[in-house]
Amino acid sequence: MSSVAEAAPTWHGILRQAFKDNDIRLVTYVPDNVLRPVIEGCHADPFFTTFPCAREEEAVGIVTGANMAGMRGVVLMQTSGFATLPNALASLPVAFQVPVVMVVSERGTMGEFNPGQAIVCRTMRPILDSMGIEHHTMSRLDEAAFVADRTIRQAFATRWPACLIISPLLSGGRK
Amino acid sequence: MTETTGNLHVMNRAALTKRLVGALNNREAVIGGIGNSNWDLWGAGQRPENFYMLGSMGLAAPIAMGVAIAQPKRRVFALEGDGSLLMQLGCLSTIAAQAVKNLAVIVWDNGIYQITGGQGTPAATARTDIVAIARASGIASAAWAADEAEFDALVAKALATDGPHVIGVKIDNEPGRSQTDRDPIRFRESFMKAMAQPA
Repeated sequence: MSSVAEAAPTWHGILRQAFKDNDIRLVTYVPDNVLRPVIEGCHADPFFTTFPCAREEEAVGIVTGANMAGMRGVVLMQTSGFATLPNALASLPVAFQVPVVMVVSERGTMGEFNPGQAIVCRTMRPILDSMGIEHHTMSRLDEAAFVADRTIRQAFATRWPACLIISPLLSGGRK
Repeated sequence: MTETTGNLHVMNRAALTKRLVGALNNREAVIGGIGNSNWDLWGAGQRPENFYMLGSMGLAAPIAMGVAIAQPKRRVFALEGDGSLLMQLGCLSTIAAQAVKNLAVIVWDNGIYQITGGQGTPAATARTDIVAIARASGIASAAWAADEAEFDALVAKALATDGPHVIGVKIDNEPGRSQTDRDPIRFRESFMKAMAQPA
């Protein structure tokens, strides 16, 4: 019996575990403050190949290529970065049916101070819906493992991109 | 290999694509960029290891990078137009940062958006040197091919030595000689099947 108390689960630890459980080894990102613990956790874990990209589109291209060559990957980004993606998503992973998993930290809601972020946030779900990309918003710690694992699992099983949106209710958001 | 653009022969994309494909013997992957890059790849013979991108202009090199990371033993080529690469110059830094050894990016540079009516690119007006950009992005093995023989030599180097490599080629404004089918699911399935075979 260990004398060290088990650390309380965190949303980012749960997310990282869901990547592992689904054999996602490639983690690409455009940096984001809220996602920092996920990014740092993946960098620190040799299971993952983790690196930043200059643009979100580029990351979608890399993960699409890797997936077709047998390596599963994820793209981490913030809301405004997602808004740069519609053409790349429509013409690449959606048209070719490649399960690119996206994780977006949600900005622009619940106390946003930047009007641009607030407006761009409203475009995110309609864009996903219009392409038939399944998305789930993670807002509760007790549901996080189930939502993350099942969303990712379904993406690979059905060969379709999917998106996990990290709500400020879960992450605490940008302070 | 050639460092500057001063003394470059203008070559032909369809002819050079055939030369490239003719040099491939080990199930190398080739990712064709949007439009003419793709169409001349299609015209050079439909290898299952070719991936024909549809509309994601600028993403041929990132897709090729993903394939190369997933399969370090396979050599991977991206065929990209100058206008396409201009849309995604940041990918050169990403490729350099990850030092993807088995990746080569061939840039077909005619200075125009050929497929939309031949409008000049801003890079052509500004006399931007795309190979110099690649080198400044951290890709040491970046060179212009001055003529067909040099192109062959640079492809041979990309097949035999650690990259990443960038090969710049000045091409004429001939449109692609054929067009691909538009069947993304079939392309993806046949490419994935080919990638499941050892390199």
